[in-house]
Amino acid sequence: MSVESLFPRLEALLPKVQKPIQYVGGELNSTVKDWDESTVRWALMYPDAYEVGLPNQGVQILYEILNELPGTLAERTYAVWPDLEALMRSEGVPQFTVDGHRPVRAFDVLGISFATELGYTNMLTALDLAGIPLLAADRTDDDPIVLAGGHAAFNPEPVADFLDAAVLGDGEQIAIAISEVIREWKEEGSPGGRDELLMRLAESGGVYVPRFYDVTYHPDGRIQRVAPNRSGVPWRVQKHTVMDLDEWPYPKKPLVPLAETVHERFSVEIFRGCTRGCRFCQAGMITRPVRERSITTIGDMVEAGVRASGFNEVGLLSLSSADHSEIGGLAKGLADRYEGTNTSLSLPSTRVDAFNIDLANEFSRNGRRSGLTFAPEGGSERMRKVINKMVTEDDLIRTVTAAYSQGWRQVKLYFMCGLPTEEDADVLGIADLARKVIKAGREATGSRDVRCTVSIGGFVPKPHTPFQWAAQADHETVDRRLKALKDALRGDKEYGRAIGMRYHDGKPSIVEGLLSRGDRRVGAVIRAVWEDGGRFDGWSEHFSYQRWIDCAVKAGIDIDWYTTREREENEVLPWDHLDAGLDREWLWQDWQDAVNDVEVEDCRWTPCYDCGVCPTMGTEIQIGPTGKKLLPLTVV
Amino acid sequence: MSAAGPRPITTWKDDTTLKPVPDGPPPAPVAQRLRVRYAKRGRLRFTSHRDVSRAVERAVRRAGVPVAFSAGFSPHPRISYVGAAAATGVASEAEYLEISVTRECDPEWLRTALDTSLPPGVDVLDVVVAGAGTLADRLECSAWEVRLPQADPVLVKEAAERFVAAERVEVERMTKKGLRRFDAREAVLGLEVTEGTETTAGQASGRPCVILRMVVRHATPAVRPDDVLTGLRLLAGFAPPVPPEVTRLAQGPLDARTGGPADPFDLDRDMMRGGETEPVGRHVGGDL
Repeated sequence: MSVESLFPRLEALLPKVQKPIQYVGGELNSTVKDWDESTVRWALMYPDAYEVGLPNQGVQILYEILNELPGTLAERTYAVWPDLEALMRSEGVPQFTVDGHRPVRAFDVLGISFATELGYTNMLTALDLAGIPLLAADRTDDDPIVLAGGHAAFNPEPVADFLDAAVLGDGEQIAIAISEVIREWKEEGSPGGRDELLMRLAESGGVYVPRFYDVTYHPDGRIQRVAPNRSGVPWRVQKHTVMDLDEWPYPKKPLVPLAETVHERFSVEIFRGCTRGCRFCQAGMITRPVRERSITTIGDMVEAGVRASGFNEVGLLSLSSADHSEIGGLAKGLADRYEGTNTSLSLPSTRVDAFNIDLANEFSRNGRRSGLTFAPEGGSERMRKVINKMVTEDDLIRTVTAAYSQGWRQVKLYFMCGLPTEEDADVLGIADLARKVIKAGREATGSRDVRCTVSIGGFVPKPHTPFQWAAQADHETVDRRLKALKDALRGDKEYGRAIGMRYHDGKPSIVEGLLSRGDRRVGAVIRAVWEDGGRFDGWSEHFSYQRWIDCAVKAGIDIDWYTTREREENEVLPWDHLDAGLDREWLWQDWQDAVNDVEVEDCRWTPCYDCGVCPTMGTEIQIGPTGKKLLPLTVV
Repeated sequence: MSAAGPRPITTWKDDTTLKPVPDGPPPAPVAQRLRVRYAKRGRLRFTSHRDVSRAVERAVRRAGVPVAFSAGFSPHPRISYVGAAAATGVASEAEYLEISVTRECDPEWLRTALDTSLPPGVDVLDVVVAGAGTLADRLECSAWEVRLPQADPVLVKEAAERFVAAERVEVERMTKKGLRRFDAREAVLGLEVTEGTETTAGQASGRPCVILRMVVRHATPAVRPDDVLTGLRLLAGFAPPVPPEVTRLAQGPLDARTGGPADPFDLDRDMMRGGETEPVGRHVGGDL
């Protein structure tokens, strides 16, 4: 049965909303496949506004891979702003995809990519607008399988009641495998309905189906155990790891939107995973091991992507891009290729100790010279040992001196506040560091025209990290330390005016903390917040701390218990049955090392420290150098 | 937080940008200027002017057009937009831009190359080599079509007659400079009412609708079709039952014979055919 486009009905609403182009689709390199010729149909959602969601790499990659499969189609859907939501409700227009403008409920799968927990309320809006029951238990065979992925899916428990399934880790291969399971089931005539399909997915071992697990609690509220409630379901669900990124060179045809978005560039992942071992970093822990894409594949992807998109900026993405074994040759090769074309290269996420000024010069050769940003994360040497961010003050001063003497006039430094064991002095150390940076800059340039901006974010303990047991700092403490830092900088006559400070206040971090380490009981709070009008919690103009507090109280949830409480070693954590490959004893030992200021080396270059990922997952580190070089492009 | 995560929850304070260091050779000189007429059709009428300009920049890169760049720290492709752009949500058959290139290009090649590289719906219709004089001076008036689905033709006709008969029609509109009050009548050179069929995303849906056609002289503040609709509401109480579909059909020098805009490229085409100098005795728009 074919599905009609909702566009004519939507079109009548568009003149009345802000930025209507975001709902129109038709992006360059987008695909609308024939509905009736496809057996398996995916709606892929990034649960934030189009301008944030469209550039998301994960969604773009899956969109392209799924649409390449014969008999499978994938379309995209994003969170609609409240102005359109109100009109859709009054006119009865359901949640739609931007490709074919088809109703989301008509698809087989609604795959939602959670980069952050702050998209949970937007998921509920989309489900409700789609006409899909909010609770998985209430859904029928006419509803899609609601499937979560992305980093937040490593603890999907707070949204477990709203999800039919979740997958952990790299999505490329598992998305294809899920498509295959659904295709077989549909071609057999959908035997056993929804329940059997979910069972088939769960049995494969690679898909977590929350309803097949029961959670029991101790009288004091801690979890007693999480166990399968039927046979054939694995006790633990493992993450997925794509080995050999050269085999998966996506996106090949980047989506080019008409609407303005947060990243206007062609991005290529130059490697996945990071074993630097920063203890606060969930991304580094759950994406192990390091898998590099080769210099030649990156070169080919950049060439094809720039040609297919017309973007004038190329971003080389990873968790710590200067760590690629051939980053020097890559930077020089790309800068040579794009000499004189006003194509600029950017390298987000650069470590101070991996950075060198030749690299920076290559990156600024064509086009504009964007800012230099480093992330020492901790303001004092002791703090950096606790978080295992092994960057010394000398490293930093040497690097910024080189940068200032080469003509850069401003560096940005990222820090966190509220880290485990942190004291006021550690945060005030940020001011000392910034002063030393300016002093070094003035000496290097002989000028007072140098600046430094410090950006401070609130630390949120994350699942599957050594800090998963840690007490989160309360927002009063964070705000007090930030104020002391601000006063210290403002009161500094010699350097204060050369130093800018940007920061988050502490309250949003507490809500993020609740959602990050929450269990299934937290779902009631999310639902209550959404019912009370909570939307777009990642946006300051929509986020309401008070609403979260009020709804938690009403739902009988003690936010402090979930956030500022330190956990014991033997406490069952809500995500213990979800396997990121990390050995629990190793994580605990690393947590103890953190408290004792003991650092851990990177296993790429020193003997393995037994985090457990490679043996558990059957994976291994894949790094260069390949010894290859980028050849000049032939002129078309 | 991942690189593509949402925006910070609070606005960062003090986001001064880095001052780059000047280096590198000066940009290549301009060899030729071309004038481009393009359309904004169907669902792409919901693009804003900024959306179109980003799309054009990317299309120029994809098509391999040898566009000239400005000098300076942040080089920009030399593409300039002429006249007042059709607003977001308004379709157009006649938007104009000028592009400077570092090598001479065949206008028809440029038309095809750009059109192929732009998304369907932003369509390149005509390209000429720029002749003497500025294009902006030639864009004296626009012809507009306003489709009013589900409207009562009798009511619209009556309202239009009252509008034409009035001396002045004061309307108010929120502009970037705040609420402005101005006369919407004088700039309207012609206003007629016909009947036709509704369109949906550029395709006829077949249902009847009322069509307003008008010629409006470009003035400051600009009088737009929605100002005329405001006038109809004020004079005769007519309000469109559903959002109207507005299209700019043409803009150019006012042709005294037709009472509407002529093709602003006529002059450039004469010069492409006839050599470098401006033909004697040819007036563009004047004396009206």
